[in-house]
Amino acid sequence: MSQICEKVKGMSLVDLKERLNDLKKKALAEITETEDLKKVNDLRVKLLGKKGPITEILRGMRDLSSEQRPQIGSFANTVRDDLTQAIAQRREKLEIIKTAKKLEKEKIDVTLPGAAVKAGQPHIIEQVISQIEKLFLGMGYQIVDGPEIEEDHYNFEMMNLPKDHPARDMQDTFYINDQILMRTQTSPVQARTMEKHDFSKGPLKMISPGKVYRRDTDDATHSHQFHQVEGLVIDKHVTMADLKGTLQAVAKTIFGESREIRLRPSYFPFTEPSVEVDVSCFKCDGKGCAVCKQSGWIEVLGAGMVHPNVLKMAGIDADVYGGFAFGLGPDRFAMLKYGVDDIREFYLNDMRFLTQFSQKG
Amino acid sequence: MKISTKWLSDYVKLDIPANELAEKIERTAVEVDDVSCLASGLKKIVVGYTQHVSAHPQSDHLHICKVDVGEDKPLQIICGAPNIAADKKVIVALPNSRIADNVKIKRGKLRGELSEGMICSLQEIGFSENVVPKEFADGIYFLPDDAVVGKPVFDYLGMNENIIDLDVTPNRADMLSMRGTAYELAAIYDKKLTLKHPKVVEEGDTVGHYVIPSADSKLASTYLMRVITGLKVKPSPMWLQKRLWNAGIRPTNNLVDVTNYILLDYGQPLHSFDYDKISGKNVEVRLAQSQEKIKTLDEKERVLRPTDIVIADEKGPIALAGTMGGLRTAVTDSTTTVVLESAVFNPSLVRKTARYHNLHSEASMRFERGINHATVEEALDAAAQLIAKLGDGKVAEGIAAATKEEVHSVSVSIGSKKINDVLGTKISAAEIKNIFERLDFKVDMNSADKFTVEIPPHRWDISIPADLIEEVARIYGYDNLPATLPKGELTPGLYTYKQKVIRATKRLLEETGLTQAISYGLTTHEKAGQFMMEPSAATELAFPMSSDRTTIRMNLISGLLDDVAYNTARKVKNVALYEQGRVFYREEENERPREVEHVAAALTGLYAAGSWQYPKQPVDFFLVKGIVQHLLDSLGVKHIQFKAATGHEEMHPGRTADIYAGDTFLGFLGEVHPNICKEYSIDRTYVFELDLQKVIDLPKEQEVYVSVSKYPEITRDVALAVSKEIENSAIVDFINENGGKHLVNIELFDVYEGEHIAHNKKSLAYKMTYQDQSRTLSDEEVTEEFERVMKKIETKFDAVIR
Ligand SMILES: [Zn+2]
Repeated sequence: MSQICEKVKGMSLVDLKERLNDLKKKALAEITETEDLKKVNDLRVKLLGKKGPITEILRGMRDLSSEQRPQIGSFANTVRDDLTQAIAQRREKLEIIKTAKKLEKEKIDVTLPGAAVKAGQPHIIEQVISQIEKLFLGMGYQIVDGPEIEEDHYNFEMMNLPKDHPARDMQDTFYINDQILMRTQTSPVQARTMEKHDFSKGPLKMISPGKVYRRDTDDATHSHQFHQVEGLVIDKHVTMADLKGTLQAVAKTIFGESREIRLRPSYFPFTEPSVEVDVSCFKCDGKGCAVCKQSGWIEVLGAGMVHPNVLKMAGIDADVYGGFAFGLGPDRFAMLKYGVDDIREFYLNDMRFLTQFSQKG
Repeated sequence: MKISTKWLSDYVKLDIPANELAEKIERTAVEVDDVSCLASGLKKIVVGYTQHVSAHPQSDHLHICKVDVGEDKPLQIICGAPNIAADKKVIVALPNSRIADNVKIKRGKLRGELSEGMICSLQEIGFSENVVPKEFADGIYFLPDDAVVGKPVFDYLGMNENIIDLDVTPNRADMLSMRGTAYELAAIYDKKLTLKHPKVVEEGDTVGHYVIPSADSKLASTYLMRVITGLKVKPSPMWLQKRLWNAGIRPTNNLVDVTNYILLDYGQPLHSFDYDKISGKNVEVRLAQSQEKIKTLDEKERVLRPTDIVIADEKGPIALAGTMGGLRTAVTDSTTTVVLESAVFNPSLVRKTARYHNLHSEASMRFERGINHATVEEALDAAAQLIAKLGDGKVAEGIAAATKEEVHSVSVSIGSKKINDVLGTKISAAEIKNIFERLDFKVDMNSADKFTVEIPPHRWDISIPADLIEEVARIYGYDNLPATLPKGELTPGLYTYKQKVIRATKRLLEETGLTQAISYGLTTHEKAGQFMMEPSAATELAFPMSSDRTTIRMNLISGLLDDVAYNTARKVKNVALYEQGRVFYREEENERPREVEHVAAALTGLYAAGSWQYPKQPVDFFLVKGIVQHLLDSLGVKHIQFKAATGHEEMHPGRTADIYAGDTFLGFLGEVHPNICKEYSIDRTYVFELDLQKVIDLPKEQEVYVSVSKYPEITRDVALAVSKEIENSAIVDFINENGGKHLVNIELFDVYEGEHIAHNKKSLAYKMTYQDQSRTLSDEEVTEEFERVMKKIETKFDAVIR
């Protein structure tokens, strides 16, 4: 560059233009070859600065006429602009390269395991109960809790099961003493609620979820402790068709939208008529498989229209009011839904069992 | 109740395949356990005749038999049955036949001798052990002499009959008989019923010559006896044996078989006494005296209670009413005169007796659930007549009746509106009337909407309008019910505050990495009383099933430690579980405990397992404390305090804290005592348990938004050397109280013991933050506030500022 500067004195217009062109050519080549952002910056200072070659060349304008000076001035400005632009472009390009190199260096193996972000999760029985609760809250039911240690009176007698009733099997009940027992069903909660309910304030619509106990030996299909959700609606005009529609909603919520139900006659002392409810098999869609024992249907719950004796015992006028009741087992639901083949799994709490279920419901 | 469709067809003609019939019964009446046919799957099993039987030369128990099976030549069959004999009609499984359990029989050699098939026992062709007549229990079966050689055995043995096994619900005891089931099916299919009624031929002395029964009508509302004389005890004819074994009852002899047959046919339990063994003529139905004894048919001596009904002669009890006869008057092979009893006993007393003496039987079940009061006499007649016929005897004249109740049909009134209102249907009055009539109910239609329905005695389960609604519903068909939702007044469906707090607690703990456990509420007496938060009497089961489950829990931690132990035993080292449930506290004077909602957790091993990039995080006290703090903060609990607690027997005395909200004790957290860990066979475990009810009961403060200051914070760090005995909380509390009005936060950021500090001292480093809501603080005023509290700390805690 210093060679260019030395020879600028006493030049003609053509010479000057040539010089500027020459300078531009060389400078552009130099800019393009520069691989370093800092050097690009240095070049900018050297080429375009006040002591740079263009300024130097323009000093040679002294010998030019006043007409020629603006010509060479504007030509010099064009060269300056071209170089400025070339430097900017070069810088931009180098920056892109620099970033790319940096990112290249930061590359990681995305297949390495992620951090173990882990929340705990609800028990699957809780999940089933929670789904049922939400369904019934949405239909305007209240959720009522009651004692797990009950009086014989509420657990049996108020449920139309007097002491010597054949359907009342002593073997099944854990008694604390003659009158106190571990509840065998959550229906005593209904008895207690019916007694208190003020029907002038509207119908009674409730479900009672909770633990129940039976005097059973634990094995794959029996547990001395399990869960129940019992439901009850009492109003002036409640029909068995309403019961059917309600249970259909339960079946669809838990087992899937395309499920159907069917009712079969059965017997419970606290309902009349009483029915057993089957849901169409979700495994085979009713065609018959091992889960449904080839029948296409799976027994999932019991239900019926509340027995007038139950209403009377709770002080409700059975001529005016009536309703339906149903009872289902979240343990059985969970076993069916998830294919769990041993009910004891629910109460042994192996971490590997508890954490294997998704929470999508 | 096992129903043979062939027997059923004597009463009602249906012509419907058994599977279809079973499905219909299940959808309309009662559940069906099973539909079966003994012959199904069996083939090439025929009647054979043993022409010749000789000992097998190579065996001491096998025999070589020449058996005529109706082919050109007799077959040679090797037989090992002890009762094999020549000149008998036997069951032969031919070569390539299939017997029970899908076993194929092939031609082969047995110890060097050709065997072309197999001579079978009843069990080998699929009969249950329980129905095989005793004399054939350990050997092959002999068919009747008139069985035709070469014909399949199935018809001779009743194996072609379809059997539908009904699971009869307690309310439908009317279906515990062939006749009752026939009524039901006639109604379902709208068919005519043809029931035969017995005619008794009476001969000889009057019954009073033999027996004079007496009874209290409260014990036996009907008590009837007949006497049959001149009997010979022998096996029953095949038709009767087939009916019995197809119903699951073992044929014994003509006397016993007839009573069982009548039981199945009418549902009426009967009992026969050997007349010659009864002492005196007078037979009394009465309650047992206390400590009175009877030796029953099963040869057990039973000590009676005053709730047991007995039949007694002059010497004492000869039968336990409705459950089991006495050994002294039992009929035997040499019995010639029988006193036959047909009665209705008090159901609840029979139930008590059956339960107390563990004598549940076909008879007791029927008495408990009820029997048809209208056919007590008819069943007695039918039985007497058949016994006389099969035993070549005579029925004495007349019936001896101790009591005899008059049986009426019951009237129930109902309207079609009521029926449709309850079912949500639009069934016409005519259709309803038709349904009742199919059921053999007489209907008096007073008006279109009012029926008086007369219920015949064979449907004693029906007594109120709701029962009639059920009858209409099931015959009309549940499939025909519409599916709707209750209309009525709208009600809000909302969780209560308590329910919300409980559910929020569960979700908050899950966020912190704890998984929900549900443990057993019943545990051992010892575990039930561990980790207690308040004094309580234990609540125990009266009759526990096992020593592991005797007492209802008074804490949640012990159950969780069982879970930790279960995991540990299965090599799951990292456990983080919580449980929300009730504990049961009982004041000594109360029978029932209070049920209190608690929440607890147990953690062991690693909280974060660590990985190629992140460090492991073992569970420790402060992790669990952080979880508790997070839970309580999120539930809006204020003034939370943790106080060192040494009083928990099952906890590490130096690593346990009681948890308070102000003055309210909420629970505790810490490390489980190593001795307890040893008892449970678990590693170092941290736990907490909170009384959730107390959290719920804390005053609910209205939460008000506090604006975030726009002005900068100024911080001061300080390290204090203090005695090891001084607790962090004391210093923090003191600074909070004396730190000046601009101190907004104080945070411990380092604890140090060791080099550069005296051995009985520790260094605690705090970051203190100052801020004002309305202006920027100057350095000078912060310094002034800071230095003022530092001076106080130096004197208060003998602290050295480092
Ligand atoms: Zn299926």
